[in-house]
Amino acid sequence: MNSKLQKRSALLLAGILGTVLLSGCSGLGVKPWERDVLAKKEMQLISDPVEAGLDDHIYFSKEATSGGRGFGGGGCGCN
Amino acid sequence: MAVTKSDDLNPKQAGVKKEAGLKTLLASAGCALLAGLPTQAQAAELDNWDFDAATLIYAESDSRVSAAEPVISATRNFDSETKLNLKLALDTLTGASPNGATASDQAQTFARPSGNGRYTTEAGEQPLDDTFRDTRAAFSANWSAPINRDWAYSAGGYLSSEHDYQSLGVNGSVSRYLNQKNTTLTFGMNLSADSISPEGGLPVGLSRMAVPDSASFDADWSASRDGSDDDKQVVDLLFGLTQVIDRKTLMQFNYSLSSSDGYLTDPYKIVSVIDDASGANYGGNYQQGGSNLYLYEKRPDSRLKHALFWQGKRQLDNGDLLDLSYRYMFDDWGINSHTLDLKYRWNLGKHYLEPQLRWYTQSAADFYQRYVTASAYQQLDEVSADYRLGDLDTTTIGLRYGYRLNQDEELYTRVALYQQKSSGDSGFGKLKSQELYPDTTATMVTFGYRF
Repeated sequence: MNSKLQKRSALLLAGILGTVLLSGCSGLGVKPWERDVLAKKEMQLISDPVEAGLDDHIYFSKEATSGGRGFGGGGCGCN
Repeated sequence: MAVTKSDDLNPKQAGVKKEAGLKTLLASAGCALLAGLPTQAQAAELDNWDFDAATLIYAESDSRVSAAEPVISATRNFDSETKLNLKLALDTLTGASPNGATASDQAQTFARPSGNGRYTTEAGEQPLDDTFRDTRAAFSANWSAPINRDWAYSAGGYLSSEHDYQSLGVNGSVSRYLNQKNTTLTFGMNLSADSISPEGGLPVGLSRMAVPDSASFDADWSASRDGSDDDKQVVDLLFGLTQVIDRKTLMQFNYSLSSSDGYLTDPYKIVSVIDDASGANYGGNYQQGGSNLYLYEKRPDSRLKHALFWQGKRQLDNGDLLDLSYRYMFDDWGINSHTLDLKYRWNLGKHYLEPQLRWYTQSAADFYQRYVTASAYQQLDEVSADYRLGDLDTTTIGLRYGYRLNQDEELYTRVALYQQKSSGDSGFGKLKSQELYPDTTATMVTFGYRF
């Protein structure tokens, strides 16, 4: 698969997923008084930002990919 | 230095006594804000802070790179949604790093990056630059707060400094809550300005590395330099959707775009030129003027990356947590990658165990070549033999153990094994008997305390 086609199909996939997610989202969720579990520290998407930061730094300096969850940015001469 | 005394505390505050003592110690080390407050007010103020202190020790096998990275993060909570986070990280690296050249059946001598001195790699060994050492300090600050019932924002900045690299960045995001805050749309932007001033100056891409101890070394070295510093700008955009699925399930979907412009080459990496004329040296190092020919690598001066990221988190019926994420990245260098990350948190009362598994695979950049040939090197526009731009698979297997002292205090440790496997063109002639893609294994150990 050439890279242009790959890009186009990835963008298309993102578009479809985005639309499906957004339109499907209105039926999902909880009432404000049902947030006991979701409010826990360990249920946050990044439950330990320090560990996540250390991991990102290692992988940034050892692999060609960074970011995705947050910003890939610069900040280091290690790559 | 003011340390909280026990008799200063009323019974209501007694529960935070030990914690406050530690926090005071920390705060008095760095927080001028507290210096003017009386002891009782300090204890109350410190109750609004969360700290996380951790140290990561990273060590590669075969005494290659080792690193120690202590981090301290402090968060001041103004209310449940308004907070300021400050983070300081130090990073000390030592050891030897691959310089990009291939192993050879002859000993190889390279000029040090500074131009002062040389190092020799024995026959059959991986060429490693053993002058690799650096200390980095990074500081970041981030403020997040609601705008009104439906909107929130965050703003932040960071500074990072090494002896040959500086980075300065600002970022911000706005979020829109929908559907009773069950859906959150986020748009974020990050701008970063980096400057690079390599030891020994900037090498001219694709120029010959000067031959150590040769009569013309000084002239050759100067001819291979192009000033002393350069810079790079990065712009990141992020579009995110976070969705609460049910009482125990949460998902996120992000699309991000990252554009880098400027000096993206690694100034310390070189590429071997291999003899492809038939004869006794077929597959050996190509020589010019009686010495091996090595070229400085050269990468494009821009890169555009796209990443799609999905994460799901769920509390299972037995109370354990499952955290799964997947990322797909592709860029205009021809690299694409898949990352799968799985964490399972097994809750055991005050203790928990969290096995972690990460799997990553990437395809090579279009300009990646493990080596170049004598008949083709003059036609090159760009090349890098950096294994981090080649075909690469990595796996991380880890285990985190945590112990909760109380609701706000936790001690944890994590041990992880990180393995890298490269692959690619296996060479020809004499080169075939050399190990071109050595595996690397690293051990990572983290100790942390949250309070």
